[in-house]
Amino acid sequence: MTDASSLVKATGIEVSLGGRAILDRVDLSVSRDRIVTLIGPNGAGKTTLVRVMLGLLKPDAGRVERMRGITIGYMPQKLQVPENLPLTVRRFLRLACDREEAACEQVIQELGIAHLLQQPMQNLSGGEHQRVLLARALLREPDLLVLDEPVQGVDVTGQSELYALIGRIRDTYHCGVLMISHDLHLVMATTDDVLCLNGHVCCSGHPENVSRHPAYLELFGSKVADNLAVYTHHHDHAHDIHGNIIEKQEHDHG
Amino acid sequence: MDDFLVRALAAGVGVALVAAPLGVFVVWRRMAYFGDTLAHSALLGVALGFLLGISLNLAVISVSLLIALLLLALQNRKQLATDTLLGILAHSALSVGLVVMAFQQDVRVDLMGYLFGDILAVTITDLLWVWGGGVVVLTVLALVWQQLLAITVHEELAQVEGVPVLRTRLLFMLMIAMVIAVSMKIVGVLLITSMMIIPAAAARRFSSTPEQMAFVAALIGILAVGLGLAGSWFSDTPAGPSIVVSAALLFLVVQLLPARR
Repeated sequence: MTDASSLVKATGIEVSLGGRAILDRVDLSVSRDRIVTLIGPNGAGKTTLVRVMLGLLKPDAGRVERMRGITIGYMPQKLQVPENLPLTVRRFLRLACDREEAACEQVIQELGIAHLLQQPMQNLSGGEHQRVLLARALLREPDLLVLDEPVQGVDVTGQSELYALIGRIRDTYHCGVLMISHDLHLVMATTDDVLCLNGHVCCSGHPENVSRHPAYLELFGSKVADNLAVYTHHHDHAHDIHGNIIEKQEHDHG
Repeated sequence: MDDFLVRALAAGVGVALVAAPLGVFVVWRRMAYFGDTLAHSALLGVALGFLLGISLNLAVISVSLLIALLLLALQNRKQLATDTLLGILAHSALSVGLVVMAFQQDVRVDLMGYLFGDILAVTITDLLWVWGGGVVVLTVLALVWQQLLAITVHEELAQVEGVPVLRTRLLFMLMIAMVIAVSMKIVGVLLITSMMIIPAAAARRFSSTPEQMAFVAALIGILAVGLGLAGSWFSDTPAGPSIVVSAALLFLVVQLLPARR
């Protein structure tokens, strides 16, 4: 272990699928008590990088070092329980841990899902579903929490609540957090480090700095930058569909 | 009651008991066509068993497992969709089996018996295979139940949580292969998948836990065996298909019942 405080550390990760380079010499490390957020457009390789960090995917080149004996709590991007599988929330959570009911109680209270325990998994709303997934990850008392788009399918108020909750979880459990997010401005308050990814690492560092970094602005276009401005100033102008985040293709780096 | 009918009933109940709990996983994991493919390849196992003069059950299990591994290898190449691969494997294995059988002039094989089963001709040895194999399969299934459930819900999440995914999947395939081998003589290779899927599908509406669904599926399977054998006894219909028809009718009746809650 080169860096004693790193829970997981990846160096020079390269992955290509079907001849197309997905990740190009990516370095990433997550330490205890830190929240690291991966941002980047669709197809930037965020999920691929997370899968490499988890050991689910073997990189073509590069190394991943995980600290010995750590427990990882994982919240996958898509989890759909088969429609014909009768599974209550309680049973779903039990798949992760066979700890005493009382030990699970704290996590269940914290995430406010006590009233859902008897519900079939298929009946949950977007926000409830994500909270249950987060609970399952937490029940393992993780040293490292890996969250792939934790707020997807959650309405805007729910999103900031969930991010605030993730921040509190880091404080109470003293775990490292690696998460994927689409929008920087919502996670800004929560995250310690941001890594802007588009095949390679465009820029990284403190969220405030990344949000002003030329590479970030170029990648995400003016719309996101405007949104950030809107947050600090006021609604002094309107937005339309111009400057769509994903369609911005003309970015290149030396 | 005649001896052969008692043996038929005992064998049928044994098949229903072991096919149902595996069947719920086949349904949840959308592996119906996979089960069919293994069943089709069982006939190749029978042919090779005769050719090499080894135990037919052993030959069937080995061939089924080989086909399952071949499928895994082909899936990893990602050039063809799984249903295409299954179609190729199922029908090739079935046809190769028939061709190999045709070459063995000195062996007289009751082909219809293997394709559709001959539950009324069940011997004590067959019974021992069904119940012995059934106990082994159910024991293994009970041991890996939680892990199998975890990978059915989400394979990568289960892997991160420490479930040995590959081992569990291989064990599941092995269990299906064993069920096919021991129940081949009873319902036949073309109908065995239905004993896994139809009772499981019918049980869905009565179940609120995975275990309940497996249990109810077993009960429905046993009921189908009883009804099918009775039909066969009283109206002289072929026993294997009669059991499947009963299961299908039970499934239909369940769908017509008013919804709970």
